[in-house]
Parts: sequence; C-alpha cells; structure tokens
Amino acid sequence: MGDNECCFEPEDRYNAFLTTCKKVTHGSGKLGGIAVAVKDNISTQGIETTCASKILKGYIPPYDAHVVQLLKGSGAAIVGKTNMDEFGMGTTTENSAFGPTLNPCDTGRVPGGSSGGSAAAIAGGMVRMALGTDTGGSIRCPAAFCGIVGLKPTYGRVSRYGLIAYANSLEQIGPMGRTVDDVSVLMQVIAGYDRRDSTSYDRPYAHTPCADIQGLRIGIPQEYFGSGVNPEVAAVVNKAVGRLEELGATTIPCSIPSMEYALAAYYVICTCEASSNLARFDGVRYGPAADAKKSWHEAYQEVRRANFGTEVRRRIMLGTFALSSGYYGKYYAKAQVARENVKKDFARVFADVDVIAGPTMPTVAFRLGEKSDPLSMYLTDILTVPVNLAGIPAISVPCGTAEGMPVGLQIMGRPWEDERVIDVAYAYEQGCI
Amino acid sequence: MATEQEVYHIAELADVGINTGELGTFTHQFNAILEYFDVLDRVSGDTAVTRDLCNVMREDETEPSLPREEVLRNVAAQEDGFIKAPRVM
Amino acid sequence: MAEGQVIVGLEVHCQLDTKSKLFCGCSTDYRADGPNTHVCPVCLGLPGTMPVLNKRAIEYAMRVAKALNCTVLQESEFSRKNYFYPDLDKAYQITQYDKPLAEGGYLEIEGDEGGEKRIRITRVHVEEDPGRLVHMGNAERGRYSLVDYNRAGIPLIEIVSEPDMRSPREARKFLNKLRATLEYLSVFDSEKEGSLRVDANISILGSERVEVKNITSYKGVEKALTFEITRQKSQLRRGQKVERETRHFLEARGVTQSSRSKEQEHDYRYFPEPDLRPLHVQSWVEGIVLPELPDARRERFIAQYGCSLNHARTLTGDLRLANFYEQVVRPDPAGLATLADTWISDTLIGELNYRDMSIDAVDPATFTGLIGLIREGVITDTSGIEVLRVMLDQHLNNQPCEKPLAIVDRLNLRKVSVTIPLGLGYEIDAKSGVEPSLTSQSNPILTAITEALTANPGAVEDFRKGKKGAFNFLVGQVMKKTRGCADPAEVNRLLAEELKKEA
Repeated sequence: MGDNECCFEPEDRYNAFLTTCKKVTHGSGKLGGIAVAVKDNISTQGIETTCASKILKGYIPPYDAHVVQLLKGSGAAIVGKTNMDEFGMGTTTENSAFGPTLNPCDTGRVPGGSSGGSAAAIAGGMVRMALGTDTGGSIRCPAAFCGIVGLKPTYGRVSRYGLIAYANSLEQIGPMGRTVDDVSVLMQVIAGYDRRDSTSYDRPYAHTPCADIQGLRIGIPQEYFGSGVNPEVAAVVNKAVGRLEELGATTIPCSIPSMEYALAAYYVICTCEASSNLARFDGVRYGPAADAKKSWHEAYQEVRRANFGTEVRRRIMLGTFALSSGYYGKYYAKAQVARENVKKDFARVFADVDVIAGPTMPTVAFRLGEKSDPLSMYLTDILTVPVNLAGIPAISVPCGTAEGMPVGLQIMGRPWEDERVIDVAYAYEQGCI
Repeated sequence: MATEQEVYHIAELADVGINTGELGTFTHQFNAILEYFDVLDRVSGDTAVTRDLCNVMREDETEPSLPREEVLRNVAAQEDGFIKAPRVM
Repeated sequence: MAEGQVIVGLEVHCQLDTKSKLFCGCSTDYRADGPNTHVCPVCLGLPGTMPVLNKRAIEYAMRVAKALNCTVLQESEFSRKNYFYPDLDKAYQITQYDKPLAEGGYLEIEGDEGGEKRIRITRVHVEEDPGRLVHMGNAERGRYSLVDYNRAGIPLIEIVSEPDMRSPREARKFLNKLRATLEYLSVFDSEKEGSLRVDANISILGSERVEVKNITSYKGVEKALTFEITRQKSQLRRGQKVERETRHFLEARGVTQSSRSKEQEHDYRYFPEPDLRPLHVQSWVEGIVLPELPDARRERFIAQYGCSLNHARTLTGDLRLANFYEQVVRPDPAGLATLADTWISDTLIGELNYRDMSIDAVDPATFTGLIGLIREGVITDTSGIEVLRVMLDQHLNNQPCEKPLAIVDRLNLRKVSVTIPLGLGYEIDAKSGVEPSLTSQSNPILTAITEALTANPGAVEDFRKGKKGAFNFLVGQVMKKTRGCADPAEVNRLLAEELKKEA
C-alpha cells in the first residue's frame, strides 16, 4: 500500500453505503487523506452511480461531477457512494430501491432523507465528511435526525454539473460533517464558479468559522414554533436560541406569512421539474435494457414501471399533471408567484435581522415505516422547503435531544451570507463546549 | 379532482405505468395531494423580474467529444456504432 | 380572398453554421464521420449534465432576425418541449416557446401576381436538433431502430411565416429567398445535407388546415404542396371534409401520408428551462452590421452591370452564383457584364442543373476566358456552348480539365466568317489576321451554302413560295455543315444574297 493509498472496508451496520471503494487513492491538499463519502446522485467517473434506483443499476458515468473533481484536487479520499431516497425524493431514505439506511442513534428509526446515507456514514463514525444534496431539506433533515452538521449553500454557490437532477431550480450540493469546522473546510473545496453550470455564480468560499456573534440580530418566525412543531423539539430549540442570546445575540420575533403555501409551491415546482428530468430514463443509453423486440412506447413504459419506485412514479405523475395542458396556470405558474412571495418575505425580514433561527424539523426521527401516507410525509418538510424556494443558505447544527433523539437548530441567512450562517452555528457549537 | 381513469391516463402520458391493483390507492393519495395544492389558488402577486445572471453564454469553440467506446459503455444494445432502440411506428 | 383560395404557411428549420453545438463543445462537422463520434455527456443527455449556450448561435440568429425586419424581444428564454422519442436523448428538446428571440418581421418575394409581395414572419427562435433515427429490420426478423446522436444538439434556427403564401410557387420563392438571405448572412450552408427542414401548413379557404412535416428539400416543398392541394381539392369536390391532421411527406413517391394519430395528442408541457438563464440581447441589435442582402445586391447588379430585372434576380438569388458573376466580370466589367449576364443566366445555369453540378465546379477565371473568346470573335456562341459542355463534362467525369482555347483548337471550332465585302474572295482567320485567298469557291461559307441549297431543293422551292420557315431551315443546314463555326450573321447575309441570285 503506497503513501497515497488507503483501505476502506467499514462495518456498515446502517446500510449507509451503496458502493464502497475498497482501495482508495488520495493526494495532498486541503482534504489530503481525509475520507469523504459522496451521495449516490453525484456522478463519479468509473464508479457506479444509481441515485438509489433500479433504473440506474449498473450505470457507470464516464465523467466526474465538478465537485468530485474539486474533491480529488484537494487530496480527498473518496471512499464510497452513499444511500439516499430514490432520486432524492423522500425525507427518510426509506424510498431507496436498495433498502433503507438506519439511524446510528437508534437503528429502529430513520436517519432522515434524502441524504440519509451520508448522514449515517458520518454519525456512525465511518467517515468524517460527506457530500449531500438539498432540494427541500435533504441535507438539513438527516443532519438534524442524526445529530451532525449539514449546510445547504446559497443557490448557485456550488456547481450542479454532475448532480443527477431532481429539481434544478431548488437543489444544491452541500457539505455534511461532524463539526462546523469540517463542514466549513469541505465548503471551501466545493464552492465556486463552474463554467459548465449556467446557474453557477463566481462566489468562492474561503472562510474560517468565527465564534463572535456579539450584536447579531436573530429573527424568530412564529411559523417555526407553531402547532405543527413537537413541543419538546420546540423547547430544545428555544433553549438553544437562549444560548445564542447569552453569547451576545438579540432575538426579534418575525413572521413569514407565505409559509402558508410554501410547501404546496415547493411540491408543485419540484415534481414538475422532476417529471421532465426523469423522462430520459428509457433503458436505451444506460440502465436496464429496454426490450428491443417491443415497440418503443410499450418498451419504454415497461422499463419505467418496473424500475422506478412508487414514490418516484407518483411525483412524476404529479409533475406531468401539473404541467399538462390547461393546468399550467393553476399550478406551475401560481407556484412561481408563490415562490417570489417567499423570497420577498425573507428579504423583508432580513431588513431587520441578520439570521433567522428555528427547528430544522418539526419532530425527531420517526420510526422506520411510521409514515406511510405520502402527504403526511411531505408535510414534514414544512420548515426546510422555504429556504430552497428562496435560494438562501441554511445550516442544521445539533442542539440537544428530545425523546432521546437528536434535535437540529436551523440557522438561515441572506443570499451569499453562508459565512455568517456558519459562524452562528460555530458560535453555538463552541458555546456548548 | 381526478378520477381513476384520469390518473391512469396521466400514468400513460408520463409513461410510468400503473398496475390496476395500485390504481385505487394511488388515486386517493393523488387527490389528497392535489387538494393540498389548492391553497395556491389564493396566491396573488407577480412573478420574478430577472435582476441578475442573464446572458450566460460561451464562445463558439470546439472541445473533444467522448470516444465512441465511452458513449456506448452503458448502452444495452448497439449495432455498427449505432445505439439500438425499440422500433418506433 | 377568393373561394377555393390556397393558404400556405411555412415553418423552416435551418442548421446554423457554428463550429460547435448549441449547448456543448462537440464539433458540428459530423457528416463525414461514423455514428456517435461527435457526442459528449451533455449532448448525449447523460444524467447530471447541463447545457451552456453558444454565443455565436445567438449572434447568427440575431443577424437573421434583423435581416427579416423582426423585433428582438427585450427578454427571451429557453423552454423545454417534453416528448418521448429515441432520437431525443433528454426526452425534451430545449427550444423557445413563449419568449422567442424575435417576432414580427417580413420577407419580400416575387408574388404570383407580379411585383413584390411581403410574406410576414411570425417569429424567429433558436433550438437544438435531435439525433438521427434509422429504421431497420423487417416483419420477419423484427423491426428496430438505430440511433446516432451526432446531430443531437446542432443549433437550429426556426423561422415561422404567417399563412401569407397563396401557391406552391410562392412557397418555393419564399424558401429560396430565405435560403439565399441566410447564406448572404454567412450563417447557413445550404449545400450541407439535411441542413434545412420544412413543415408546411396548407388549407383551402373555408376548410381545415393540414400540416405536412418532414420536407427536406427545396423541390420537395413545391411537390408536397402541389400534391396536398390536389388531394384537398379533390376531397372537397367529392363533397368530403378535409380533416385537420398532420401528414408526412414521402419524397421518393411525391405524396403525403397521414401520420399515426398519436402525433395529434401531443401535449408538450412546456416550461422554462431551469438550467439556462434568460437572454437580454435587444441592445445587441444596433451593433449588428448586415452585409449586402439579396435585394440590395439585385438592385446594384441592375445599376452597376445593366442586368435585366429577371437576370439580376436569378444571379443574386444564390450567393455563390452572385459571387461567381462578379468574379467573372471583374477583369473588365464594362466589356464583360452583359455577355456574362446572358451566358450565366441563360446557358451556364441550365448546363449545371442538367449535370446536377454546383457553381463551385466552375473556375471564374476560366469562364471569363471562355466568354472572352466569344467576345473577341474567336468562336461563335454555338461553339461556346460546345466548349462549355466539354469543360463541364471533364470536371464531372474527373478527367483532366483543358483550358477553353485548347478545347477550341482540339475540336477545330474556330469561327469561320467573311469580314470583307463579297467578291473579293478573301478569307479571314480571326486569330492570325488577314490571309487573302483567291476564289470565292474556297470560302467555306459559300461552299456550305451551295451544298445546302443543292441538297434541299424542296426548301428552296418553299422559300420561293414565300414559306416563312424555309429560310431559317436553310440557315440551319448551313450552320450544320460548318459545324457551328460560321458566323450566323454572315450566313444569313450570304444565303439571302445567293437565293436572290438564283431567283
């Protein structure tokens, strides 16, 4: 074994990994020698990339995602691809075609989703850092449920080139780790302009976390502490906010009225975009073969019905319906208006506060199989999706336990103020030491 | 609200298919979600005005294409460099 | 509009002549190469890839919009047109839907009723080409399709006209004018196979509209429309309704055929492409300097070279032809303009078409030399045509190409004529100067006349009786005998004299 080679054969009791690279090379640099896991919807050249779906079983991308190139350039040891909800569609990683991931804090519970595998790999001590993706909370939710740190960057700060698209206008790749410091270092590596992503901005991240929040103004939205939030969770988060006040911040009550319809807008937009993004899976250029003996339409439908999970098919149908003739105005167009209102609401609040704080999730991790009704599952995203609609940065940092399970404190910031969001999380984390 | 027939039709339109066994539950869940979406009917306002990031373009320069073996690597069936697909009418 | 009036609108798709594809860096020069060799993860539509817009494609499209007098929109954007087909590897085509690049322009053509007619342009937009599908197999072995994605992602410009055309002829003229305009703008190469595709909408006033898709040649458009109009009219004559439908044009058989009904149900579920940003390029229009376009060049040809309107139209109707003409006359415009005009419009084009050859096959300088020989009187027009044919055939058959004068001498085509008063029996060799010869009997024209009159007493008789065609017939016989080398004016004069004599 050479100096820049290592072995990765973890005992994966949580089904966190879909693919592990037994022998891993790494270089020197910011992440020199550090084991990093990559969520399985991020393309890795020569390594199977499935999005936890049967329809991509065996797919070997001929190219690396931009962030993977950056990881390699920083010397990271990419040790494997992590489990997720199929195509990012889910809040628990139970929608994986290859079995759910278990929560290391309680293996009878879900790790959250859709980046559940990445979160479990970190929480379970298999890796120090991982890449996840966040479309409606998919980094922050598993971070909260597993008791780790996860950041959803400002939209456009991290290149999406190579991220197998679920909802293009909402998602970002983001860093996950045990500590805010680790998340910040990983963010240094992956943020920045990529000319192959037309929605990419030239905003590198070169920050070292700073714990001074003297004079910080924190907005506390009433909608984040309403009746839909578990009282124990709310209490834990309130206490964490109190800690921030002790560290020098002030809190200001505020309101985000557009939260009333934010979730609906989110689900309309993401299903519409997904219905289009997933139409290319036909078994012709990759994936399980279409039956060339059948006619095109028959073969196409057959491959998709057999290899897409139920939730994926449901969302494709919702999106197809919402975009179909006669319904565009009622759904997609309205959702865009709703989205603009959410942005305006945040902008208005941020005129008077520097960050907004609240729980990441309305509950702690549910038991495996507990939520079987799709709508009730969607409703758990209520506190995370507004951030994606507005494109602003948000982090989840562990702030205690309720019912014996981790609770996440969510800090949201102005566009491009990922650094400040990190600082607040860092201040809290350091303040607890 | 959508009928079972309409839901079946949407499954056809989206080419994801639906088993007759699932149709009942699917329709019920589908309609619950659509009903939830109705809150959007009350939304009023304007859509976004493009303020930043427009005219994102690249120069007309060529870059190497993939070698054909790479193109065909994940392909299930090929013939003489072409990719084989089921027949279209 | 009159009852039974034909109404035609066209949607024309042209490949823009950029070096790389619309959304990726793959080279557009794919025609000589094997299938799937000009493909990258982006144009193959691999999961995770993203489009990046080619600036030159937009610049080219804006040139077209300006030349067609369109208004470029303040904000335009790309949309996804969603449908499933094996040649569409993302299962959506990135195109422009409710916010195209430009709207509301016109193109002037020669109308059926004479004079200029404006065909209005509804919109101009940019989109990507899908791949290419080849249908294989048969009923026994099973049918399947083969796909080549080399063409996937090639930039297309789509130009949509209002239904302002009233005949297949007008449609052809529109298409030719459009093609020429795009070539003058240097954004399009019509010689490239498959670079142009047309969908036509035709209706008879009062009846449903039929869309005919998949017309891939200029001639095909006129044929398809003619067939379709005949079909629709005969339907109506039989008292049947014309169905609103989509039909495909089968070039080889010259007929249109109804498409499968699934086509009609297409719901494309358009929405804005989230991976691309909007375009604010209205301000670019001012800075676009258009080159001389066909109409302006036509007017200049009339003014500068004295071409007739018809000839000027023909010559400027094709960029290569117009360039050819100007190169041919350049050494001596005053002396060559008219001769070149006639020779190119009335002769060369026909000879090229007959051989299915392009104007590129003819070297302008060589052609100047050829018509120079005619101008100097070295050969007659008839001989000139013969030399031209030899030149073209040599090129066509990959034989060594001789210079015109070499062909003249090899085939002994130098002009024969008498240029001094009759009776003196002089024979002039146009090249070497005066060579007096002794008797009128050695004058080849007179010899030929004598032979022709002797051989055709019936015609002479007819001439005496005053039959009109007889004289020309005899002229023809004389020309034949001199193998076209005699000066026709001389032949006419001498023959008339001889016939007078004999009377």
